[in-house]
Amino acid sequence: MREIEYREAIREAIIEEMNRDSKIFLIGEDIGKYGGAFRAYKGLLDMYGPERVINTPISEATIVGAGIGAAVTGYRPVSELMFIDFTTLAMDQIVNQAAKIRYMTGDNLRCPLVIRTQGGAGRGVAAQHSQSLEAWFYHVPGLKVVMPSTPYDVKGLLKTSIRDDNVVIFIEHKMIYLNKGVVPEEEYTIPFGVADIKREGSDVTIFTYSNMVFKSLEAAKELESEGISCEIIDPRTLVPLDEEALLNSVKKTNHLVIVTEACERGSVASDISAKVTSKAFDLLDAPVKIVAGLNTPIPYNSTLEQASIPHKADIVKAVKEVLGK
Amino acid sequence: MAVLTKELKKDLLKTIIKIRRFEEKTIQLYQIAKIWGYLHPYIGEEAIAAGACAAISKSDYIISTHRGHGHSIAKGADLNRMMAELLGKATGYCKGRGGSMHIADTELGMLGANGIVGGGIPISVGAGFSCKMEGKGRVAVCFFSDGATNNGVFHEALNMAAIFSLPVIYLCENNMYAISMCSDDAIACRDVAKRSAAYDIPGVIVDGTDPEAVYNIVSKAVQRARSGKGPSLIEAKTYRFGGHHPNDPAEYRDKSEAEYYKKEKDPVVNYKAKLLEEKVISPEEIDGYEKEIIQMVEQSVKFAEESPEPSLEQFLEEVRSI
Ligand SMILES: Cc1ncc(C[n+]2csc(CCOP(=O)(O)OP(=O)(O)O)c2C)c(N)n1
Repeated sequence: MREIEYREAIREAIIEEMNRDSKIFLIGEDIGKYGGAFRAYKGLLDMYGPERVINTPISEATIVGAGIGAAVTGYRPVSELMFIDFTTLAMDQIVNQAAKIRYMTGDNLRCPLVIRTQGGAGRGVAAQHSQSLEAWFYHVPGLKVVMPSTPYDVKGLLKTSIRDDNVVIFIEHKMIYLNKGVVPEEEYTIPFGVADIKREGSDVTIFTYSNMVFKSLEAAKELESEGISCEIIDPRTLVPLDEEALLNSVKKTNHLVIVTEACERGSVASDISAKVTSKAFDLLDAPVKIVAGLNTPIPYNSTLEQASIPHKADIVKAVKEVLGK
Repeated sequence: MAVLTKELKKDLLKTIIKIRRFEEKTIQLYQIAKIWGYLHPYIGEEAIAAGACAAISKSDYIISTHRGHGHSIAKGADLNRMMAELLGKATGYCKGRGGSMHIADTELGMLGANGIVGGGIPISVGAGFSCKMEGKGRVAVCFFSDGATNNGVFHEALNMAAIFSLPVIYLCENNMYAISMCSDDAIACRDVAKRSAAYDIPGVIVDGTDPEAVYNIVSKAVQRARSGKGPSLIEAKTYRFGGHHPNDPAEYRDKSEAEYYKKEKDPVVNYKAKLLEEKVISPEEIDGYEKEIIQMVEQSVKFAEESPEPSLEQFLEEVRSI
């Protein structure tokens, strides 16, 4: 099977969708000739012209607002915010406008808008370019939150996001754009709210998403050599969340470790831990363990930067603790 | 009104050379991965920081950007501590926590470089209030580039600074590009200075490759600010000689355009020539400056390399206590 890079999978999804539906357009900073900060839009300006690949000034609030305005008038925009850290500049448009517009207008205004962005640490770009802010969007009613880890997932989910009639916050991770993975030539989409079992196992469930899927897979490999079998559940979409897949896995393993790069306080991880604990307390043989980023702005120094996010060793340790080993 | 003495001219030249040689070194270190993350060199734009910081005093404030090394150097930053920060060391201005985009120092009145484009502009309003309330005639110079003026915060801040007559000098370094986007395509009225009309404040354009022109115009704005008449907007036209960062081949702009600026508008080359022609300085003195500065830069690298890493234990301790 064909393997392609994560960013190529994004590009393919965009091309397939733009060819299918002329109402789709792209808007954001440096997405023209430059092809986007991570080059996911390389060549798209030449293919679709400046009316469908709209290169904007540094105006985040209006990149999102323009997306909303076009969406409620019949188009299907994909607004790009170069870093999730810059969603802060567009928060009124995202939280007060986009998230609520369909509900509060009694379904009068539909807003099929995708907001593509990326986050995460690991590149030495310090406190204002390395955050994991998915919890903010997860918290706000009216937003769907998608965080694909693999090229296969990013392609299928981006297509679904573009076709969805609601606002989707589509969060990539800056460390995985060059990761390669199997992506079929033939067309496919991936439905929202369907988790993917990235590895089957029987002793412990590791619930994780985005770049932490890969660190968890490394940990699972190491643990396997010690006779511990991990099941890795990647929800792929945080909203809607596939609770059933998670609970089914916990039913089998009776142990749960949640791994996230974001800091724990007020996180998606702690919310999921609370859900499982209240809905399936009887299934758990031990308290849920969360492996999370440290509660700190991300430092520049690379030793400190690395220390502020989870690694294989942290996951291995947590799994052993949860199993009492 | 400040006058351009011989000594001041020599200082301007020294600052410009210092920024250039420092930036050249940071690019070398970036290419061998001793500096990582994002690095935005100020090469080509040195005359602005040099001219502007010469027009204010040590106790005045500056607010900087992601392309901020020149601002810090011109305000008198210690190259050792700057380089140490770029290498992520404990002896750096931010103890290795910030890197290139976050250098700041209270003592220097340097209120911070910024990873968020335009992020410092509203902060300048607060610095302006502080200067005004304190009543000692202190001012703030807020640096930003063309791209930042298209973000909402620019308009909010300039309007507020204007209605409250705050002593802030808004200094736009228009280097013609915001990453790949040409300012002529991004700014409806093309000249940032024209936007001053909306806030009813002075708006002037100056050749940002000429340190004396920048010095003169900023001095005027500083005088206005100190006398309580409020903010000014200055647009210094300049050019970013390299890509947005060292790995950016800048394919979005015409090679001949970059060649033109490098050949005709290099502030280091031109200002050296001017001072030689005016007989303000001798070739030997210039050589002396170059040698002295290169040595300072080398020393800063040595200092940075020999400096300790920040302590991991201490970091973890601090995090636990938050
Ligand atoms: C709010 C925000 N949006 C986007 C970026 C990404 N970015 C970093 S530098 C830059 C271009 C800035 O252009 P300009 O203000 O003209 O400064 P220059 O780089 O030309 O010095 C962009 C878009 C950012 N850091 N912050």
